[in-house]
Amino acid sequence: MDTAQLEHGTATRPQGWPGVVADWSSDQRSFKGASWGKVMMWIFLLSDTFIFSCFLLSYMTVRMSTTEPWPNPSEVFALEIGGVHLPLILIAIMTFVLISSSGTMAMAVNCAYRRDRRKTAALMLVTALFGALFVGMQAFEWSKLIHEGVRPWENPFGAPQFGAAFFTITGFHGTHVTIGVIILLVVAWKVLRGEFDDQRPGFLTGRRGRYEMVEIAGLYWHFVDLVWVFIFALFYLW
Amino acid sequence: MSELAHGTGSHLPAAEVPEMELPHPHGWWSTYVFSQDAKVIGIQYSFTALAIGSVALVLSWLMRLQLGFPGTFSFIDPQAYLQFITMHGMIMVVYLLTALFLGGFGNYLIPLMLGARDMVFPFVNMLSYWVYLLAVLVLVASFFVPGGPTGAGWTLYPPQAILSGTPGREWGIVLMLLSLCLFIVGFTMGGLNYVVTVLQARTRGMTLMRMPLTIWGIFTATVMALLAFPALFVGAVMMLLDRLLGTSFFMPTLVEMGQQLRYGGGSPILFQHLFWFFGHPEVYIVALPAFGIVSDLISTHARRNIFGYRMMVWAIVVIGALSFVVWAHHMYVSGMNPWFGFFFATTTLIIAIPTAIKVYNWLLTLWRGNIHLNTPMLFALGFIVTFVNGGLTGLFLGNVVVDVPLSDTMFVVAHFHMVMGVAPVMVIFGGIYHWYPKVTGRMLGETMGRIHFWITFLGAYAIFFPMHYLGLLGMPRRYHEIGETSFVPESAHDLNAFISVMALVVGAAQILFLFNLFWSLRRGREAGPNPWRATTLEWQTPETPPGHGNWGRELPVVYRWAYDYAVPGAADDFVPQNQKLPPPLHVARGEATA
Repeated sequence: MDTAQLEHGTATRPQGWPGVVADWSSDQRSFKGASWGKVMMWIFLLSDTFIFSCFLLSYMTVRMSTTEPWPNPSEVFALEIGGVHLPLILIAIMTFVLISSSGTMAMAVNCAYRRDRRKTAALMLVTALFGALFVGMQAFEWSKLIHEGVRPWENPFGAPQFGAAFFTITGFHGTHVTIGVIILLVVAWKVLRGEFDDQRPGFLTGRRGRYEMVEIAGLYWHFVDLVWVFIFALFYLW
Repeated sequence: MSELAHGTGSHLPAAEVPEMELPHPHGWWSTYVFSQDAKVIGIQYSFTALAIGSVALVLSWLMRLQLGFPGTFSFIDPQAYLQFITMHGMIMVVYLLTALFLGGFGNYLIPLMLGARDMVFPFVNMLSYWVYLLAVLVLVASFFVPGGPTGAGWTLYPPQAILSGTPGREWGIVLMLLSLCLFIVGFTMGGLNYVVTVLQARTRGMTLMRMPLTIWGIFTATVMALLAFPALFVGAVMMLLDRLLGTSFFMPTLVEMGQQLRYGGGSPILFQHLFWFFGHPEVYIVALPAFGIVSDLISTHARRNIFGYRMMVWAIVVIGALSFVVWAHHMYVSGMNPWFGFFFATTTLIIAIPTAIKVYNWLLTLWRGNIHLNTPMLFALGFIVTFVNGGLTGLFLGNVVVDVPLSDTMFVVAHFHMVMGVAPVMVIFGGIYHWYPKVTGRMLGETMGRIHFWITFLGAYAIFFPMHYLGLLGMPRRYHEIGETSFVPESAHDLNAFISVMALVVGAAQILFLFNLFWSLRRGREAGPNPWRATTLEWQTPETPPGHGNWGRELPVVYRWAYDYAVPGAADDFVPQNQKLPPPLHVARGEATA
């Protein structure tokens, strides 16, 4: 639903908190500037935040409840590159890649609002590529750990909950990234075909396409990124 | 004339959003089956929920047969009994009550009451129903797999839920957890729709503080569900991993039949926290829509504006918020730090304040009202009585020292059936009797309705009132058979038999209700557009039942709150929300103006 075209009357609204009160006391819409899709994505992300919070709190709980020592993540996730022992190097690269992808995503959103079809699609594809790279490195990390004998039910370094929490949380996050990559590819394809320029109806929903979808996809992408920062801090650095 | 001052005559802002693009059905399949129309989806949700709820009702009969007449029915062995308990509880709480209130009533009423043409994302809304149906089918499938459904109790506490010895350990628990995950995915798709529709798709003039309390209840409950279900989702995923992959999230070191299991180091209490972080808000996810709907029923059928509308709204919101910080009162006997008990008991008792405000306001709405004792009103009154009753025993159980001896007795069973079983179901019935005329265009049979009410209401008391006493005697819950014990007198067994007979009678009354639903479809009295002479928008649709897009060419414009009943000076005893000014009395009567 393109709501951007009917913004009259919003210029006279009071600013700051009085503005918030005025919006919430008004009819029709509580978030005056936001479209339906954007509000829906924000609320979904709030709900998803609770899912990841529950996973991370559960991880902390089992880390306390287990009687066996917790492995040192810096050592478990260390790599030997060119004869040099580098703790956490792969995770550092993965984090760097994912955070960079947020940068390209933000640039894509900017270009989308300038109606720059090619640049938007290109930047989204770069973002998707970064995402795929992240998932690829995660797959490498998983196979390395599995090769070393780490399983969801046991691991050679100590508490079996380490493997369980690792595979569950990174698996769940990796699934989110994968879904994000698919969303980015679909939206980039739509941008490239000009579906948002002539507002062609979507295949499933029948709703008219519009450039705001790039921003909504971006919201999801930044969220997945932000979640990774917490996983990185609470699982790998702690 | 203070009622008229509730926002009439003020200027009306222009439309901020263009008309929504509606998906138009092509042919029979997309009109009635794969429909994207919220009304059809609401009816689909309601029927599926009532169907699976009937299964749970039959399970409760079987349990009562065993408890009332132990040893008589050989096919109800302890294993089967536990399976019946588990499935009865889970189906009733999640697949019936949650789905019916939010998916059923929510889908049907939100767009109509807000003056919208449909939910904001009809396609996602349709998916929501089909995923819900899939969840129900997976759940039903667990009755037919080897070992049968899980018998872990509806709380599914590990470690016993996935250990051998618990019935349904092979397949049942896996299907139950899968079904819950599917339910949550499906619900999330619908819930996002309900929330965004309420926030962003109201018609002109419909401010949040003019919304009917039904919408406030459903809206707040949906927000809560979107924040509470994630905890259950995470718990279900991790227990699935414990069961299927052998992880030890919830599993401590265990010895079973003299052998140490491969599990170790997990935290069973963690599951309880996750479960009740969902489970307690769940109580209010079921109760808040009931609060909202009952407010509208009482106001409409007592021809009185709701007393203290603003208080009612804030009470709903405050109850919703508080219900997230009380969960561990379900875990007083699980072994927590005593300070936690102190905290959770305090927050639990604080919830009594907004709840009591609501009850007083309902009573003050009825006070000197023009009460029409028709079926919806009877059910609404039945709700208030039952809810107060169940709420008072909640004060017992909210206190740690009183809860500890009463925990896991029939007293708890009586309490939660009164407060979140019978009470919301009363509202569901009241709501169905109230809105059936809008959905079908015909009234539900009134005589059958009253018989249904009196048997259900009195029967529910006959079932659950004695159960409090059994609980105080110390009779434990979830026991297949009490047997010979020193503290349970002979009379308690007679009481158990009495309860079981009453359960069967109440169950039979529900068959009458189902018959009424189908009979009235053809034989019911023609309802007309607004049989209850109600003010809210769903009764002002150009067609009954409302057509595709709800409103014909023009969306309604709202000029007033939802409760202009018996306005002094108005010709009629109700003024619809979309009516600008009530004609003065003398004009309506055709008298000459001086």
